[in-house]
Amino acid sequence: MNILNASGCLDALTAPAVARSLDAFVTKTVTPLPREGNAPPRIAEVEHGMLNSIGLANPGIDRFLAHTLPRLGELEVPIWVSVGGFAVDEYADLCDRLDDRPEVEAIELNVSCPNVDDVPASVGEIVAASRAATRKPLYSKLSPATADIAEVARAAQKAGTDGLSLVNTILGLALDEQTLKPRLSRGAGGLSGAALKPIALAAVYTCYEATGLPIVGMGGITSGRDALELVAAGAASVALGTILFADPGAPARIRAELASEIANLGVGEIDNAIGVAHAEPAAISKTAGRPAVMSVQ
Amino acid sequence: MPPARARVAGAEQIGPYTLLRVARGGLEPGIPGQFFMLEAPGRPLPRPMSLCLAPPGELAFLIDPIGPGTRALCALQPSDRLAIFGPLGNGYDLDVKRPLLVGGGIGVAPLPYLSDALGHPPAILGFRSDWHAEAAHLVPNAEVIVEPTYVTEALSPGQDVLACGPEPMLAAVVKLEPTAQLAWEAPMACGYGACYGCAVQIDGELRRLCVEGPVLSAGAERTSDRVLASASGRQDGSA
Repeated sequence: MNILNASGCLDALTAPAVARSLDAFVTKTVTPLPREGNAPPRIAEVEHGMLNSIGLANPGIDRFLAHTLPRLGELEVPIWVSVGGFAVDEYADLCDRLDDRPEVEAIELNVSCPNVDDVPASVGEIVAASRAATRKPLYSKLSPATADIAEVARAAQKAGTDGLSLVNTILGLALDEQTLKPRLSRGAGGLSGAALKPIALAAVYTCYEATGLPIVGMGGITSGRDALELVAAGAASVALGTILFADPGAPARIRAELASEIANLGVGEIDNAIGVAHAEPAAISKTAGRPAVMSVQ
Repeated sequence: MPPARARVAGAEQIGPYTLLRVARGGLEPGIPGQFFMLEAPGRPLPRPMSLCLAPPGELAFLIDPIGPGTRALCALQPSDRLAIFGPLGNGYDLDVKRPLLVGGGIGVAPLPYLSDALGHPPAILGFRSDWHAEAAHLVPNAEVIVEPTYVTEALSPGQDVLACGPEPMLAAVVKLEPTAQLAWEAPMACGYGACYGCAVQIDGELRRLCVEGPVLSAGAERTSDRVLASASGRQDGSA
């Protein structure tokens, strides 16, 4: 069972010790061009979670490849690079440029930025173009804000994704106590934290049944029990997001709590718990797809 | 790496503020101007608080109960426990010849510890009322100014100003003393560079205040968040 961070919830170069406590580090989404991100304020705490509208702040692929990635490679933790574009060929180009970089273990396609107004293309098209551009394992990060997430997941599977990252944040709004104006400069923002957990569970449960693909489950994990629930719903790995802000020691703590939960469950290996929420759990780790985290080459 | 679990040693009311004292345990107090992330009981995110005082065996934080998190912190009782992480960020450069501390409102928070570190230099503290000004007792050698007078009216040139306070006050101070060291504030989820929530515009670029600050080096130019928000309009994308 691998524990990762959710993209955008950790800077491995600022906090290398936290990154090394993970089984793989997922970068903040890299886009073709540099992005400064949205004007402050960009975060707001809400009941049982938080909103963010960071706005995909990143140095752009050129600078990322030249400066950031070599330094990430020195951390000796497997690196997943999250990529995001605004057109199909942008995703393909990003994947193509990462394809020959030995530091990169896997690529996560961020096809679900909650604040992108116009979805550039169907998830299937993005995945297919990316698949053609790289041999690296591809994980498609989907939004829960869709009428039928199983259909989106199946489209990603048909187009060649190796796994799914579930879920991205979902749009929420918080108003100022005094002025009743939005607390974020951009208005709405992505909701994360404990409030997202039932939504993440539903997405993982649905997509596990629909595809049998390896799933990195994320959304509101604060404890080993939360992680276990996502595993039971069908996640082969889990990722931590908002909890890392309050507890940089969360990876080690949740790993220990999860081990204890599994021991109490009496199922033996943790992989035996994957999908137990389903009537007939598919032994995902034995029958489908690639392992959620490949070994470092 | 995980936050420490600290025991509350005491909590005293000072005007509208609460001075929360916690047992230091293995935590270092750090450099004046640095901050700690304090668990806000019952809330999802911790709150950044600069260290106010470092009495023997304790760390003390001055907290203004302005929202659910700070109200929860002010309600803590002796022997309660809370997670605490730090010290974080960059503090004041203490290598100054003629220090003058300038604070406004809850911006007085880091100044008592700073004053101790610098041998109690003169200070000018501004508050909105006599009630708020009770916090001035924490800073030796302080001249207290209450609105409608502002601290900038009492500034004389040629001092090494170390300041903390609301954004308009800091902007006014730096106009008078361009080399002033200013401690800024921004909403933070993590305090260690992970969330990108505390970005402010410094020298024309959006940068994380928890990494670059909260005390910005003399001469660094911070653009007002209000100016940025009105200039940026809407931008696509969210992480």
